[in-house]
Amino acid sequence: MLTAEERQEIEAEMARYPTREAVCIDAMKIVQRHRGWVSDESIRDIGELLQMSSADLDGVATFYNLIFRKPVSPHVIMLCDSVSCWIMGYDRMRDHLTARLGIRFGETTADNRFTLLPIVCLGACEQAPAMTIDNDLHGNLDPARIDRLLEGCE
Amino acid sequence: MTPEKPLTKDIPSNGQALDLAGYEHAGGYQALRKALRNMTPQKVQEEVKNSGLRGRGGAGFPTGLKWSFTPMGTDAPRPKYVIANADEMEPGTFKDRYLMEGNPHGLIEGMILAGYANQSDVAYIFVRGEYKLSQERMARALAEGYSAGYLGKRILGSDYSLEMYLHISGGRYMCGEETALLNVLEGKRANPRAKPPFPPVSGLWGKPTIVNNVETLANVPHIINHGDGWFQGLSHTKDAGTKLYGASGKVKRPGLWELPMGTTMREILEEHAGGMRKGLEFRGALPGGASTDFLVPQHLDVPMDFTEVQKAGSRLGTGTMVVLDDQTCPVGMVSNLIHFFAQESCGWCTPCWSGLNWAKQILKALEDGEGSLGDLETLEFQTKFWAPGHTFCALAPGAAEPLQSALKYFRDDFERHIRDKGCAFQRR
Repeated sequence: MLTAEERQEIEAEMARYPTREAVCIDAMKIVQRHRGWVSDESIRDIGELLQMSSADLDGVATFYNLIFRKPVSPHVIMLCDSVSCWIMGYDRMRDHLTARLGIRFGETTADNRFTLLPIVCLGACEQAPAMTIDNDLHGNLDPARIDRLLEGCE
Repeated sequence: MTPEKPLTKDIPSNGQALDLAGYEHAGGYQALRKALRNMTPQKVQEEVKNSGLRGRGGAGFPTGLKWSFTPMGTDAPRPKYVIANADEMEPGTFKDRYLMEGNPHGLIEGMILAGYANQSDVAYIFVRGEYKLSQERMARALAEGYSAGYLGKRILGSDYSLEMYLHISGGRYMCGEETALLNVLEGKRANPRAKPPFPPVSGLWGKPTIVNNVETLANVPHIINHGDGWFQGLSHTKDAGTKLYGASGKVKRPGLWELPMGTTMREILEEHAGGMRKGLEFRGALPGGASTDFLVPQHLDVPMDFTEVQKAGSRLGTGTMVVLDDQTCPVGMVSNLIHFFAQESCGWCTPCWSGLNWAKQILKALEDGEGSLGDLETLEFQTKFWAPGHTFCALAPGAAEPLQSALKYFRDDFERHIRDKGCAFQRR
């Protein structure tokens, strides 16, 4: 079941587009903002509200990098793996993060604090290597800075 | 005289956004007042056409010409749409983020003027999902714009109305492709559409739609304020205006600079980026993002504009350079690029989804020392297989550019990976 709040936010988006279907990406992002991810049940509920089949909606959901169809931990780390970051030391940042967290890309730490994901160019190439933690951008990374950022997460 | 920097001169140096009061104080929304009071939509179109403004998203299509395809008059299909393409996802590119974070009203005013020129009814700013700060600042500026009467019904008391909304992307490189972007706004996967019809005639929900890049739109208020002749005078070469140039990679001062269009690669790299880091030599650069052909030391004096970079065998693209130094492996760099394109391919056209993955595997094998002699011929064949005309959109043709040029300029490095069974470069 969508909460009243989720439903209200989705309906507010409907005023901005002439069709219900057009709201589907926003709707999934709204649910994800409240729950962290988009479950099969949420897909069905959003589909009912927007008059879309679960299959159509899932086809859209799985196309996009930032819609999560699996649970993630409270802190989502996305490390840029595109060209400028690669030149500036992506490999070392990846090795440091995976070793420190003890997980590979796509995994969540055993204490459910961090999920690590790869991401394409963050548009922060002048401060490469870069990553985001919970959508906040952090550039000019080195292992010590990564450690401080991770320690700063609640 | 210091060259003029209309796009960036008012951006605060403290990292904050220029707010509405600051923007108005700097002359903001005067172009909109001038257009609504004294200019017909046709006149605005004409002024932009005469200015020589070309699309800053990478393709360089003349903006005024694009607008001239919009059906006008009372018979035109409604509603008409105008969209800012702020889905900046070309690897190596970070210029539109800077404009949105620093001067969000500059983009909004440009969009309203584009909307007025094409008599659009609804505007969407399509911002990439990862640009959190841009989203926040654009949203705040939109609210300011509405409360000051620059947006909504009967703008500044004129007959012109425009609603403007922010769309935050779900995240995928393909969303930046003009027609794929339209599909996304309709709530679909970001697959490209067949062209023609082109969006100015049949775009969002089949209605006339103008899609322009952020930097392109940000130029429009200045063209309306100062005129087409002024705009042409800003550049060093035939292509008009200023350009946001950038450099990333192992230069001393990676960054972004607004300079006259046609500034040479040498001036950007040596004067503004401070040259290469100590102990490193310049080997080449992608002049305008991942999907442009490498330029090499012999091209350093090429003026960076659409026409001249094309003559040198590449494209200006987004104007933000990715620099390759002599301690970084060109094969590894191209492997990283093709991995990106293969991953971001939407899967619609076979040369793209199949060909890019094939090339990705070959490049990985080369890096791992498992390449064989025929691999380079296969890669060359692939770049021809991805050429324009074989696919619906420019993703695969764009991917071909760094690969084909790397095979040309860095062939020894590819052959050495085969001969020596691996990469001789130190890990970064």
